[in-house]
Amino acid sequence: MVKDQEFLETKASYCLGLAKKLGATDSSVIIKNSISETVNFRNKKLDESNRSDDLGLSITTYIGKKKSSISSSNLLNDNLNILIEKCIETTKNTPEDEFNSLPDRDLFAKEVKDLNLYDETHIENNQKIDYLKKLEAAASNDKKIVNTESSFTQNKSNFVLANSEGFCDGYKTSSFTASSVTVAKDEKSMERDYEYSSKCFLKDLDDADDLGKLAANQTIRKLSPKKIGSEKIAIIFDKRIAKGVLSTFANAISSSAISRGTSFLKDKVNQKIFSDKINVFDKPDMLKGLGSRNFDSEGVKTDTLKLVDQGILKHYLIDTYNGKKLNLKSNGRCGGTSNLYFENGNISFKDLLNSNSRSLYITETIGHGSNIVTGDYSVGATGFLIENGEFKYPINEITIAGNFKDMFQNITLANDLEFKYATNSPTMLIEGMVVAGK
Amino acid sequence: MSNFFEKSDLSRKEAESIISDTLQKCDDGELYLENSKSESILLDDNKIKNSSYNSDLGFGFRAISDEVVAYSHSNEISKNSLKQSSENLKSTLKSVKGTYNHAIPKSNKKYYDNINPIEQKSLNEKIKILNDVNDYLRSKGDEVKQVTANFLGEQKSVEIIRSGGETLSDVRPLVRFNVSVMVEKDGRKETGVYGVGGRQSYDSYLKDENWKSVCDEALRIASVNLESKPAPAGEMKVVLGPGWPAILIHEAVGHGLEGDFNRKKTSAFHNLMGQKVASEGVTIIDDGTIDNRRGSLTIDDEGTPTEKTVLIENGILKNFMQDRLNARLMKTRSTGSGRRENYRHIVLPRMRNTMMLGGKQTQEEMIKAVDKGIFAVSFGGGQVDITSGKFVFNCTEAYEIVNGKIGSPIKGATLIGDGPSILKEVSMVGNDMMMDPGIGTCGKAGQGVPVGVAQPSILINKMTVGGTKL
Repeated sequence: MVKDQEFLETKASYCLGLAKKLGATDSSVIIKNSISETVNFRNKKLDESNRSDDLGLSITTYIGKKKSSISSSNLLNDNLNILIEKCIETTKNTPEDEFNSLPDRDLFAKEVKDLNLYDETHIENNQKIDYLKKLEAAASNDKKIVNTESSFTQNKSNFVLANSEGFCDGYKTSSFTASSVTVAKDEKSMERDYEYSSKCFLKDLDDADDLGKLAANQTIRKLSPKKIGSEKIAIIFDKRIAKGVLSTFANAISSSAISRGTSFLKDKVNQKIFSDKINVFDKPDMLKGLGSRNFDSEGVKTDTLKLVDQGILKHYLIDTYNGKKLNLKSNGRCGGTSNLYFENGNISFKDLLNSNSRSLYITETIGHGSNIVTGDYSVGATGFLIENGEFKYPINEITIAGNFKDMFQNITLANDLEFKYATNSPTMLIEGMVVAGK
Repeated sequence: MSNFFEKSDLSRKEAESIISDTLQKCDDGELYLENSKSESILLDDNKIKNSSYNSDLGFGFRAISDEVVAYSHSNEISKNSLKQSSENLKSTLKSVKGTYNHAIPKSNKKYYDNINPIEQKSLNEKIKILNDVNDYLRSKGDEVKQVTANFLGEQKSVEIIRSGGETLSDVRPLVRFNVSVMVEKDGRKETGVYGVGGRQSYDSYLKDENWKSVCDEALRIASVNLESKPAPAGEMKVVLGPGWPAILIHEAVGHGLEGDFNRKKTSAFHNLMGQKVASEGVTIIDDGTIDNRRGSLTIDDEGTPTEKTVLIENGILKNFMQDRLNARLMKTRSTGSGRRENYRHIVLPRMRNTMMLGGKQTQEEMIKAVDKGIFAVSFGGGQVDITSGKFVFNCTEAYEIVNGKIGSPIKGATLIGDGPSILKEVSMVGNDMMMDPGIGTCGKAGQGVPVGVAQPSILINKMTVGGTKL
């Protein structure tokens, strides 16, 4: 069982009390306990079981405008005494920074709503094994599948965030995650692909059979890929890749990148950065949402933000420190976005495939090719050639490249949004990108 | 050395008895104890942005029967907690009937000193250097708009207790010093990053104002990029500079030669042992025994002394990298490559310092041999799809080559290639073999471990460059 609220609150108040006694003018502490139980299968047999019990805390102490922090997994009071003393010493020796402070008092979350983020259900390992047996049977049905690796994880967490301004709150969350990675082989090639489902509530998890079949089908269709020539071509990003475009956008509007001047979206608020019809939301209060939260990692309340309205950038993602630097109020985004998504477009997936006589459908990218300073983008890619709306053949060993400034202006979205991750996008078409191949 | 049982209600003797009881009839397994202390001091935007200290303590208990691994970890070293872990392991491995393998090689060699680098330099001295870095770079001209510099230091003590009470231990220092600079000219912004590090004190890398050379290199890369033109798109010849560009080796063949993927036959290399996978003259080793290098280890995380493993010799595939589990199942021996990020993670076969050995040609000869291609000097990171063998890496400093001459700098681009065939395209191997500066971290299955790479300049006949210029 994860540690209860009372245990975490007692530790938190011990830390805050000690920090104050040792000379901190302000302090904040976050304590989290997380217990995960995982079972892995490979080729229809048990491969690994893994239980992890993680308890950790992080304390930040302030002396005026000086600040320092420590973290530890050893919560014995003996150890905390040594560490907090060390933290205070370091704080004294760290230069002042005029923007260091706890959040403004009026911004703290006042009420904690039940967002349906915790499922009491406990799934025993033998039930996980039953699920994985079913999943792996479905995944390995086709002879072309030569290896299957599947996994089931239950995670239960609890946390408390407290500070010397009197804020003290936290809540439990849970997640149940199943995944399947399959390898398929033919005379010419060997390919890998996967499918995945993660939910707050066990009963919402995808059916084992469906998950296994999907993983296998997605892998088999990649067999015997071809390499195409270099050309300018319309790119369609599968949903699991399209969400990455949104993550890059979120990084580029984080107040730290903006205040440091290291983002291609600096000074772009109220300017049109996306094509006309694009709307982007960050909605923290979705029931059972994988990114849902009641407050950010500083305790600041989080409201829904319409980050992009008809293509126009409306907000940065602001925390206390960078907000003060930019002369803006925190909007509760310390630690990043919550449930971030592109609103649906108004054409179907099928129409999107048909919108060009020839296009490239990308299902996987590799490499870290997003540069938020310049907006340049270049990654390795795997996918399919689409002709007249039909999947023609698989493609690999190519790269796709462009610049986000242009790419954002050329996005068309399908109307097939689903909430599978914390960050989600409908299928996305981007015109005018360059493919490098043969 | 940490005494893991000092403040615990669990004595060493009791722990040994729980370990032996749990692992009897298992094929292998151990209790892994870890105590790490780390610091991060960051200067950014003209200020000391962050000074933090982390102290992490915990254990991971592993039992292996045939192919099945049961693992349980916790950060509470207590009788209760270890017993609970033992129950977890036993419940996974219900009917085991193996024989515990007590054999583990021994060595007295050590590849770094037992020091705590965090304590060897005071906070004030570190803060002073960071401020000096900031002033130094900003004095270089108005083009310098942002400077970030940081110290990362760690001391990790590990202890491995095996069934029967055999105990192996290691104390591992690790430091890193990084500088990142952003320059702006005519509305255009570019960054340059450089760093140094390894398993010694900070001063071993920074003495005699050596931090200035780190700053100069970061600024040089950023300034070159201000002049860069769009990169070309398509297949062409590529000359790689020496040192850090060896992440090509790490991604293209290193991961594919790790034992787990080959036992499972999911690596593109699994059926190529003894075959020619690279041009003649190409020899690649993975070496954990180089003094003070970032990827070096006295013992791996299973207690096996590390070694110098020949992976590819003169073009022929010779060995995979093995941990104990995969070695046993593939009927070979561990190469001392069993590693984990920390006690929260299971052991996997991983790289240490992966190196291509030097040849005879000069870099100049290589450039001259290229009509149209690129010369890549510095890289960000890379990634590989083990199964298809396709890998990428991202240039952060590169130039076009036209008619045997180095031309304009080009924008950062991703290069993509095919692991099992790329090394057959190596047509020249340079005489300028160089180690990387000690900054690499390799990710696998969600675990990051420090690694090193090295290579001479090489000429690759054909690779796809992911630029935007057709």
